[in-house]
Amino acid sequence: MKIVERPEMTGSQKLYLGEVLKGLLVTMGHVLRNLMNPKGMPVIFFPEQKKALPPTTRGRHRLMKREDESPRCTACMLCATACPAECIHIKAAESADPNVEKLPEKFEIDMLRCVFCGFCVDACPLDAIRMDVPEIAIAGYTRDSLVYGKEFLMDHDNKDIVPEYNPPRPVIWTHGPHAKP
Amino acid sequence: MDNHLFTLINIAVMTVVMWLTPLQFIPFFIWLERKGSAIIQDRIGPNRAEIFGVRLFGMVHNFADVIKLLMKENITPSHANGFYYWLAPFWSMTVSLLPLLIIPLAAPMEVAGHSLRFQAANFSVGVLYILSITSMGVFGVILAGWASNNKFSLLGGLRSSAQMISYELSMGLSVVGLLMVFQGVKVDAIVETQGGLLTLAGHTLPFPHWGIFLQPVGFFLFLVASFAETNRNPFDLAEGESELVAGYHIEYSSVKFALFFMAEYSNMVVAAFLISTLFLGGYQVPFAPTQVLLQKPQLTLLLLCGGGILAGGFLGRVLYLSALDQKVLHTGMKRWEPFIFSAVGFGGAGMSLGLLVFSHFVALPVWAPGVLTALLQMICLLIKVLFFCWLFVWVRWTMPRFRYDQLMNLGWKLMLPLALLNLLVTGVFILVQKQ
Repeated sequence: MKIVERPEMTGSQKLYLGEVLKGLLVTMGHVLRNLMNPKGMPVIFFPEQKKALPPTTRGRHRLMKREDESPRCTACMLCATACPAECIHIKAAESADPNVEKLPEKFEIDMLRCVFCGFCVDACPLDAIRMDVPEIAIAGYTRDSLVYGKEFLMDHDNKDIVPEYNPPRPVIWTHGPHAKP
Repeated sequence: MDNHLFTLINIAVMTVVMWLTPLQFIPFFIWLERKGSAIIQDRIGPNRAEIFGVRLFGMVHNFADVIKLLMKENITPSHANGFYYWLAPFWSMTVSLLPLLIIPLAAPMEVAGHSLRFQAANFSVGVLYILSITSMGVFGVILAGWASNNKFSLLGGLRSSAQMISYELSMGLSVVGLLMVFQGVKVDAIVETQGGLLTLAGHTLPFPHWGIFLQPVGFFLFLVASFAETNRNPFDLAEGESELVAGYHIEYSSVKFALFFMAEYSNMVVAAFLISTLFLGGYQVPFAPTQVLLQKPQLTLLLLCGGGILAGGFLGRVLYLSALDQKVLHTGMKRWEPFIFSAVGFGGAGMSLGLLVFSHFVALPVWAPGVLTALLQMICLLIKVLFFCWLFVWVRWTMPRFRYDQLMNLGWKLMLPLALLNLLVTGVFILVQKQ
């Protein structure tokens, strides 16, 4: 058993006065410094100023696209299965492309339930879902406005935010050469 | 005018003033708490609430608070003891407003043969009245804790009552030493005595005849005890959030919570007034007793205007810096408001300077000495009170909370013996000096 030795207070510390005075001087130093030099305070006025997020920030989701602007997603449901918050709702539909079996007719992410764990990104075999849009303060006036649909999630230029952080994944292709996303 | 009628009106007006004083201090104190804590922690503090673009550096948040608290549902829990549950907040608030009635704001002034007093009541029991009223404040806490019928409330109320009763002893004893020195309990006499200079064994020392110099130990004991009496950090065990959720007012909502909240701040205002009156000379300007100020109105004006120049300049500078800091963020009225207030600060300094220069070229009117003296003394008291208000905020955001056993050890094993020793030393000293 380890006995934790608690530091004993010395005589002058037992009176508290000196120690209190030291603490008061520290806080007063902050007050005077901040009053005379308000620019020195490490403050960001949030809605107007935003902190630059690091390039690897895990932000909100986006759905990646093929070259013909159709979703890479094949509605395999792996992300929805992996999701611990059950925030991904997918409805599959048959694809017109004979090389692709299915397409998501509906792909909704309920941001009110999402816990930003990133399991969906890890689960996806096609690199169809990414969490690299640098938006972390997600707010809305209605609940419906925070359920992101397919159109919203695919509304981007399909480029890598930072190429070196999104290396091509080893993907096992099962549908022939034309299925390449 | 009849002398009695004059006195009656005087007392009535001063009573209203002294009831309104703490009420006016409360929103300011809450603002000071928020802004002070922010600045101590390197933050900006509240600056978002606005009325048509006017934000008053976060003062408008008080309006938001009031609206929020009034709009909330006024709940009475079904398991609470109704009558006492309702009585507690009103009791707290009433008791916290009473002690200020006997604090003099300035020396009595001669007006057309009458003596205009700046004190609502002048009881012969004086300081004892304050002690008795403030000790009744503990009932509000106990009643709230018990009548809520909630174990956290009860624990908070219990702790708080134990703490207040323990520290009342050293508070009372530290005042006794002061009363021995000043040979009386009447507050106006105590303040009047503090106008002169300190004399020790026949020598006049360059210190004012203040309680803090006569009773330094008593002053510290009183200060610490008043922190404990007002349930203020580092002695705010009554509402230790981590242990008791919110303490004795956990079951209170809406206006009833607002009353507790206001009573807490009002108590602190009263404590600040008490400390400055008893130990820091009250309305007395250091080194310039009332007689000197009345005989030399030019000196009074110089002190007033000099204070105005310093305060206005400092305020204008600080506001200008903070306005520059936040300029990039806002548009329209919001952008210019801080600059306008900065200009008001500099303008106040300029006007003080102008008044000072102007007064050298004209003869002062007959009423000037009395009015100027009363004004200067009120401002002097106000500065002292504001300092102690700031001290309450300052200490709260510096110190962690005491543990319960540490609190009791400090109260009973350190402060009580010290107070008794202080009493003994004071008594011996007075006895020696008399012979």
